[in-house]
Amino acid sequence: MSAAQEPVQTFTPREFHRQAHDALGNPQIRANFRKAMDGLMAKRRDVFSDWDLEILRELGANIRLRALAKLPDLLERLEANCRANGIQVHWAESGDEACRIIREICERHEAKSVIKGKSMVSEEMHLNAHLEEAGIEALESDLGEYLVQLNEQTPSHIIMPAIHLNTDEISDIMHTRTGTERTRDVDYMTAAARAQLRERFMAADVGVSGVNFAVAETGTLCLVENEGNGRMTTAVPPVHIAVTGIEKVVEHLRDVPPLYALLTRSATGQHVTTYFNMISSPRKPGEHDGPEEVHLVLVDSGRSNIYQDDELLDTLRCIRCGACMNHCPVYTRVGGHTYGTTYPGPIGSILMPHMMGLEATKDLPTASSLCGACGEVCPVKIPIPDLLVRLRREAVGEGRGNVPGAGVKRTKKEAAAWKGFQWLATHPGVWRSSTFIAGKLQALMPSKLGPWSDYRTAPRPAKVSLHALVKQHKAKHHQADKADGEERS
Amino acid sequence: MSARDNILRRLRERTDGPLAAPQSDFAVVTGRGWSREERLARFERWITSVHGEVIHTTRADWTATLAEVLEAKGIRRLALGREHHVAAEARAALAEGDVTLIDADRDIETWRHEQFHDTDAGLTSTRGAIAETGSLWLWPTPDEPRLLSLVPPIHIAVLDADTIEDTFFDVVEAHGWATSMPTNALLISGPSKTADIEQTLAYGVHGPRELVVLLRHAEERP
Repeated sequence: MSAAQEPVQTFTPREFHRQAHDALGNPQIRANFRKAMDGLMAKRRDVFSDWDLEILRELGANIRLRALAKLPDLLERLEANCRANGIQVHWAESGDEACRIIREICERHEAKSVIKGKSMVSEEMHLNAHLEEAGIEALESDLGEYLVQLNEQTPSHIIMPAIHLNTDEISDIMHTRTGTERTRDVDYMTAAARAQLRERFMAADVGVSGVNFAVAETGTLCLVENEGNGRMTTAVPPVHIAVTGIEKVVEHLRDVPPLYALLTRSATGQHVTTYFNMISSPRKPGEHDGPEEVHLVLVDSGRSNIYQDDELLDTLRCIRCGACMNHCPVYTRVGGHTYGTTYPGPIGSILMPHMMGLEATKDLPTASSLCGACGEVCPVKIPIPDLLVRLRREAVGEGRGNVPGAGVKRTKKEAAAWKGFQWLATHPGVWRSSTFIAGKLQALMPSKLGPWSDYRTAPRPAKVSLHALVKQHKAKHHQADKADGEERS
Repeated sequence: MSARDNILRRLRERTDGPLAAPQSDFAVVTGRGWSREERLARFERWITSVHGEVIHTTRADWTATLAEVLEAKGIRRLALGREHHVAAEARAALAEGDVTLIDADRDIETWRHEQFHDTDAGLTSTRGAIAETGSLWLWPTPDEPRLLSLVPPIHIAVLDADTIEDTFFDVVEAHGWATSMPTNALLISGPSKTADIEQTLAYGVHGPRELVVLLRHAEERP
């Protein structure tokens, strides 16, 4: 059965394990992701080959840290400079508030149709559903987003939203939804989508885009893209609304080139994207195109809470390149939808608990073997594995308690077990007698230890503990040495 | 309290206290020290690697080259500015020919349909280019507006070889972008493209299908 005819499937992080099980049993999903991720990893490796990557990453991390260190001041500076340039700035504490702000701007212009450039923040706050409830049509224009929207799905990757679909599936979707011919000809399908969307650009009342970097120094919004739909969205309709998380600000314009170099290379292995679009104002008197109004909506939605904690703060360095998911052995196998969250993969697992609470997302920090690949490829050196461990600790109530839903996974049994282990392991005498007894009673060890032993053999205490073996070994050699010494003398 | 005040207060009253801002060393994105030839070669290599077409010409003969390109690509309707010397020279050279010249320096509302449906190509000047990534640097103006390099299916960009610089960082620093940002600043590297259908590259998804760079040299190259 093709993807186009499958009933719309909804995913939730609460069902991560079931969804992972389903995805692992779906050879099509596994093949699509494996192929795509292998390609992306190889391209990234090649494009960084003539760079001193470590020095560039160091600079990227440093620029993002500096921006975060000055975050409140930079947000005020960004606001002042945008306003001076004629861009209207709005602040939203939650995704819902941001949706309301955008809806009100649309309603003021009696907008019936909104065309969208790619924006993960708008996905995060479910903007499309919100606008549609108000009778405003929101149409995605990034080709991948458009296909996913036609198929009534959500993106499965933050850079390549339709990566879970193959050419035949996409051909089916376009045929069913838009009446194009069934074909494997990608140029034909691309041209068809171009024709369909161009009419919509011309008719759209409002364009909504995301922001890759917001420059405080100049009040400039930077957008990175290959297709040109971002430029269309921000230049064709009479109103442009840019929406972004408060962490996307950078201090200076000169901070942008290194981050842009890291972003395109890490994301898709491109040395540069087709377009780098920098917007500093609405249409000025005498200019002949571009929107009459530009709005910037700054969204908090849990980010200022992450900001409170020195360790969690690193989460906010992210420039949304997706390299962590491309290199994640778990993501590659289960795919993006399995996570049931806007941001999948390693970055999603350290970000979504703050946005949705650990109660809903408690399984995500455990969706990692802690192999470290995500941390190694991160262009701004976010210690993702450390943050995964931190969130695991928060989930069982062993952290600082400043993540929503902290302690939700804590069980008395597990807490007591670890407490007992801790006591044992810090009392050598008791430890040794326990391991001695465990060795004697090894036959009594259960062969099933819950889910842990579903795919593993249960451990069995050794007859003689390592400590005891070392002791015996030392004693033997000591005697032998002594004997040896006596012979020689 | 407004959302703005609440957010800023939370950020300022940070639980773990104020953060130290590190200094940044930008050496890795500058100081390439390429010769003129290396710069040119890199620019050409990178922009052609992403499907851009580079045609070498001279300042004296470039309009003849333009006419050849229009002929070869079957361009009958060309949109262009008026005041920039690139547009002025092109207009003068093409005045007698049978290519229809479309004025780009008009409010888009008066010719949107024509631009989207009846324009074969847009001609623009460029302010410079970046060797490291093969990128053109454009600051659209009332004379050459934003959509001129985006909506028509072919974009013809005129670039002077001596305006190519090493890196994006070098351009931003050397030309004082930080104090002079226009309404819209653009880097363009190749024609519009997508790989959203199973990683297969396709050109011209929303913007131009073709990007032709007329690379003007001061004089005939040996």
